[in-house]
Amino acid sequence: MKKTDTKSTPINTLKLTLPSLSVNEGIARTVTAAFCAYLGPTATDIADIKCAVSEAVTNCIVHAYKNTVGMIYITAEAFSSSTVKITIRDKGCGIADVKQARVPLFTTDAESERSGLGFTVMESFMDKLYVRSKIGRGTVVTMIKRLGNAATE
Amino acid sequence: MGSIKEKRNGQTLTVTLKGEIDHHSAVKMRSGIDKLLEESRPSTLILDLGSIEFMDSSGLGLIMGRYKKMNELGGELIVCNPSDSILKIFRLAGLGRFIKIQTK
Repeated sequence: MKKTDTKSTPINTLKLTLPSLSVNEGIARTVTAAFCAYLGPTATDIADIKCAVSEAVTNCIVHAYKNTVGMIYITAEAFSSSTVKITIRDKGCGIADVKQARVPLFTTDAESERSGLGFTVMESFMDKLYVRSKIGRGTVVTMIKRLGNAATE
Repeated sequence: MGSIKEKRNGQTLTVTLKGEIDHHSAVKMRSGIDKLLEESRPSTLILDLGSIEFMDSSGLGLIMGRYKKMNELGGELIVCNPSDSILKIFRLAGLGRFIKIQTK
């Protein structure tokens, strides 16, 4: 894969703030996917992005703001290399052990039929995944993906 | 957003899932399927995913939960017609190791 330019100035930016209501899972992934559309993604890219965003937003609703409603801050930045950087931030409870949370099938909520594969999906469907979290302060998930045929050059 | 449609044929219950499966829609789909399972107690449950436009890992939770339910009932679960993107999620979970998956 060619070097991405996500440290330079983005050519376009989307900012979306939504309350942590489950109905917003669909809105978050649809709007983010629409933002990525002009970068020339493949159908698979769009499906991957939708899924990754859905996982991150669901984590905010199910875990970060468990039993409460808070705001979810989504930023998507487009770069000239057809790369997109998506940041999903919450001010929720935070993750005690990020390394453990990223282990496939790990879940703190087995009763609600959570599969424990949220981070695994994000990691597999995007090129890069960074998770920063602080207990009582919140979590920032950053995902980067190069889109279209450029991704395989 | 997501809906279900059922068809019974002897001991086989086929449930066709439509639309999108995420954490939001899975709750309603799950209770709908479980109600049908309680009523008809089938020996085979077929979940048809052919009309699903989107699914994230919440769909896995839904499928694995129904797999457990069918095990309790002494029956089997078959998942059919998953799209390529759904198959990708199945592979991450290694679902094919314990659930019968029929592709188109």
